[in-house]
Amino acid sequence: MEPLERYRPIIDDFEAFRAACDRPLGIAARVNTIKADIDRAMAALAEDGIPVEQADWNPRVLRLETNAPGSTWASFHGFIHTQEEVSAVPPVVLDPEPGDRVFDACAAPGGKATQLAALLDDRGTVVANDNNLGRLSALRFNAERLGATSLAVTNQDARNFSFNPLAFDAFDHALVDAPCSCEGTIRKNPTTLEQWTEDHVHSVAGIQKGILKRAVQATKPGGTVVYSTCTFAPEENEAVVQHALDTTDCRLLDIDIGLESVPGITEWQDDTYDESLEKAIRIYPHHNDTGGFFVAKLEVGSA
Amino acid sequence: MSGGDSSDGESNVGQRFDRLPATASERVVAGRATRAEVLEYFEDRFAIPAETFDCFTFWEKGAGKIWIFSGESPSPAPIEAIGMTCLRTRQEHWKPTTDFVQRFGRHADACVIDLEREAARRFAGGEDQSLEWDGDWGYLIVAHEIAGEREPIGVGLYLHGELRSTVPKGRQREL
Repeated sequence: MEPLERYRPIIDDFEAFRAACDRPLGIAARVNTIKADIDRAMAALAEDGIPVEQADWNPRVLRLETNAPGSTWASFHGFIHTQEEVSAVPPVVLDPEPGDRVFDACAAPGGKATQLAALLDDRGTVVANDNNLGRLSALRFNAERLGATSLAVTNQDARNFSFNPLAFDAFDHALVDAPCSCEGTIRKNPTTLEQWTEDHVHSVAGIQKGILKRAVQATKPGGTVVYSTCTFAPEENEAVVQHALDTTDCRLLDIDIGLESVPGITEWQDDTYDESLEKAIRIYPHHNDTGGFFVAKLEVGSA
Repeated sequence: MSGGDSSDGESNVGQRFDRLPATASERVVAGRATRAEVLEYFEDRFAIPAETFDCFTFWEKGAGKIWIFSGESPSPAPIEAIGMTCLRTRQEHWKPTTDFVQRFGRHADACVIDLEREAARRFAGGEDQSLEWDGDWGYLIVAHEIAGEREPIGVGLYLHGELRSTVPKGRQREL
């Protein structure tokens, strides 16, 4: 976990942070409202004898006391989808409405794409894109199990995403849940940081900048783009959003979600970022006993 | 249907999605099911009202694999997937998919067989089982009661006193 030492200057109560990263993560699931409402999903879990607690910040997110959430009738019927609690944050921040056209630039394995479909009441179009064909099969499997009929699945490099196969040429919203160094998932996968290098952080940041820039361009004026990662590195977070501010017409929006978080940072090593980056949020493992996440919400301008 | 060259227009192209023609008079590709036939099948076989699908379009990709979609798309669409698979046509007896039945089977009022807890568990695990059924033979919607309501589990094939589970391997679960 040595790479995390670099964040000592920016993380409050660093020892509590380190201690939380050493603890295993609990099991969480999202209620798939395409198939069942919250009460029915909870009743189905209760019939299987599984204790359930709703997350304070979102009643659709459940904390389960079981090691085999997939072996439940609720999972078999697609009433619930097992995913990390903080993974449910970006689609909630994006907050799309039924009928919207939504772009999920890095969609596999589909937890957030199907959550977006559920937030649309499965009416509208979610373009679930991923550049990795193998991972798309997992997305397809999840989409069918969860009964999402509003997904159109594409296999493109999101950095130069083309509207050619689609019926429209701009999105109302885009989600860029970018491939990242995954530092925030260490509780789920303790070996995550074994391959960590600063070079990798910089190389993945280049890809993230390309994807976010294209997502902003592909979103109509007045539309919103959410950028998220499950990592702490400012190079992959604030610096990527700063690049979008510098190269496209967009501005940061406040994020209102009932989960403890701290603002995005405006200084890191030799770099400074726009003050509005304080509107982004950093979610640390010791804040809510979850994984780590970074989320920024952008409004696309009129130029 | 959109134009394209005639060689594309008159046969089924395996790797792209084509929207089903509304009726037989609009059919260009031989053997392709029409929207009207699909609605009629779900209504005749399972008493699922046709208006259930007012907000959905139907598409074919691959020979006889029909997909249901609620979003917007041009036709043809050269993409990976559109909505979810719902039906197999181009075979003697049409067969709905497990995932379609789980999503839309709650609207069915005919050819639904209700299982008790243990039989439901075995069905979801992919087991065939002997049981009595005095309705039509063939593909049935298999359901059970969960959290106070009937819930479809998947598709069963009923023949000669036996209910065969057609839950695909990847969807089977030990519950």
